[in-house]
Amino acid sequence: MLAIDTVGLRKEFGEKVAVADLTLKVQQGEIFGFLGPNGAGKTTSVKMLLGLTRPTSGRATLLDHPLGDRLSRAKMGFLPEHFRFQEWLRADEFLDLHGRLYGMSQQARAAAIPDLLELVGLGKRAATKLGAFSKGMLQRIGLAQALLNSPRLVFLDEPTSGLDPVGRRLVRDIIHGLREEGTTVFLNSHLLGEVELTCDRVAFIREGVVVETLDLHDTHTEQVHVTLRVGQPTPELLVALEQFGREVAMDDGRGRVSLTLPDESHLPGLAHWLTHNGHTLYELTPRTLSLEDRFMQIIGDHSGDT
Amino acid sequence: MNIVLTIAQLTIRESQRRRILWIGLFMGLAFLTVFGLGFHYIILEFERFPDAHIPVREIALALQIAGLYVVYFLTVMLGILIAVAALSGEIDSHIIESIVTKPIRRAEIILGKWLGFAVIIALYTLLLAGGTSLIVYLRSGFVTPNLGYGLLIIFWQGVIAMTLTIIGGTRLSTLANGGLAFMLYGIGFIGGWVEQIGALFRNETAVDLGILSSLIMPVDVLWRHIIMLLTPASMLDSGFDGPVIFVVVSRPSEAMLLYAVFYVFALLLGAVWSFTTRDF
Ligand SMILES: Nc1ncnc2c1ncn2[C@@H]1O[C@H](COP(=O)(O)OP(=O)(O)OP(=O)(O)O)[C@@H](O)[C@H]1O
Ligand SMILES: [Mg+2]
Repeated sequence: MLAIDTVGLRKEFGEKVAVADLTLKVQQGEIFGFLGPNGAGKTTSVKMLLGLTRPTSGRATLLDHPLGDRLSRAKMGFLPEHFRFQEWLRADEFLDLHGRLYGMSQQARAAAIPDLLELVGLGKRAATKLGAFSKGMLQRIGLAQALLNSPRLVFLDEPTSGLDPVGRRLVRDIIHGLREEGTTVFLNSHLLGEVELTCDRVAFIREGVVVETLDLHDTHTEQVHVTLRVGQPTPELLVALEQFGREVAMDDGRGRVSLTLPDESHLPGLAHWLTHNGHTLYELTPRTLSLEDRFMQIIGDHSGDT
Repeated sequence: MNIVLTIAQLTIRESQRRRILWIGLFMGLAFLTVFGLGFHYIILEFERFPDAHIPVREIALALQIAGLYVVYFLTVMLGILIAVAALSGEIDSHIIESIVTKPIRRAEIILGKWLGFAVIIALYTLLLAGGTSLIVYLRSGFVTPNLGYGLLIIFWQGVIAMTLTIIGGTRLSTLANGGLAFMLYGIGFIGGWVEQIGALFRNETAVDLGILSSLIMPVDVLWRHIIMLLTPASMLDSGFDGPVIFVVVSRPSEAMLLYAVFYVFALLLGAVWSFTTRDF
């Protein structure tokens, strides 16, 4: 069973196409990162999946229920991008209210709320009004609200945007805990370092279209960036290297050459070819591309022109 | 139903925590104090210098209706003020996003808020209108006929204003919604006078205009109903159409009462529809 299965979801706001074609499959238990530049359509996509915004066209199922099915939302959690809550409620009252809205029994609420407050580091703030909370504390209580019903599927729209380093580590740990319980997490984030540490798979969205998905565990098929230093780099060498990979370039006259291989299996062949063709090899440094490098490759030149 | 009650409870707690309830209560008590003192001294004056032509009960009726007029006005204001930011404020601040994504119907949110506000308006009417009538009774022994019915209509006037404000809040900003609600009240108020004066000079266009505005905002027309209800039949028979400043020239039709009931439920349905079909 898929946690999320969408086909051609589209949202227009008048003339503006916020999401052109959202086609995604997210497995149960997956930690799924949703990446893209500002205004790419990440929040709009999440809002469509949660029934906050009605898609112009397309269809989707969540946890095998059709999009917008009310009761299936009892098994979902959501931390909105703009986390603002009733300032006049105390933290524990706030969670109790949301527990009621989830349809949880009195006992279930009483059991879950203190633990959750503890989990997000607000154990001592149960009786504080949300109006007296800092931004990061609000985001923490919002996260607690999203996890209150032990959901099967959680949507987190930039959950660490207001958090200190300790809080970010905390969210990472919480997500790891969710993975262990088999909960599916759909994570919007700009913090690629964190995404790299937490997600199983990521999708890149640009101008409302999913342009690529990547499996972050599958390092064998990942591109490798290689830096070479040889005795006498000649123009012929540069041309010859094109057979191994792309983006062959001479680096600033110090005899270094860089290129990008499709994956690491090409490395031994490259070293062999160089020595057998009379090049003295001083250095060969492979580096897998960071998620940020991939982001720049995929999104890079196109961002900002929307 | 559980969710409706949860939201209603939340709504009442909000107006309590944000001190709207307390300010309303405090102002209401202040009003009752002023009314009580004024009433006492005027009656005292009449007891000392009785006038054979004006019986005390007529004075008591006039003062009570004047008091209730203020209560009616305050109730309508309260109806608008408590509801004005109810939805638009939560939509603007994105608070609504974590609510409507719960496994609940959007209609339950509207009905819950409506119910919560209706309870507040009911308590407010009971305190102010009930208090006014109690003061009149304790000091002069006068009790108007149909008092409960009259109180119910004052309550409903507040509910009409509140429901109109709720439907506006599903789509408009708080400021625009508040402006609209007060303007509609103004239209209903002026429309009432246009109808009255039109009736006095037998101008049918003016009467029709008044009726039309009463259909949009049927509060002033209900107020004229209250005057007719609370004035004892014996006084009406003697050609008395309400106390001097509250003369009713054009007697409102009974159908208007029925209309006012259906109007609120139609507005409520409209609010549910408007809220259910919108994006956040
Ligand atoms: N209610 C709306 N009315 C009109 N346009 C909208 C609306 N909501 C979003 N948009 C537009 O749709 C596009 C996608 O917005 P969205 O909020 O989904 O982006 P995002 O990927 O979440 O960006 P960010 O990284 O900044 O959070 C933007 O161009 C935005 O201006
Ligand atoms: Mg966003």
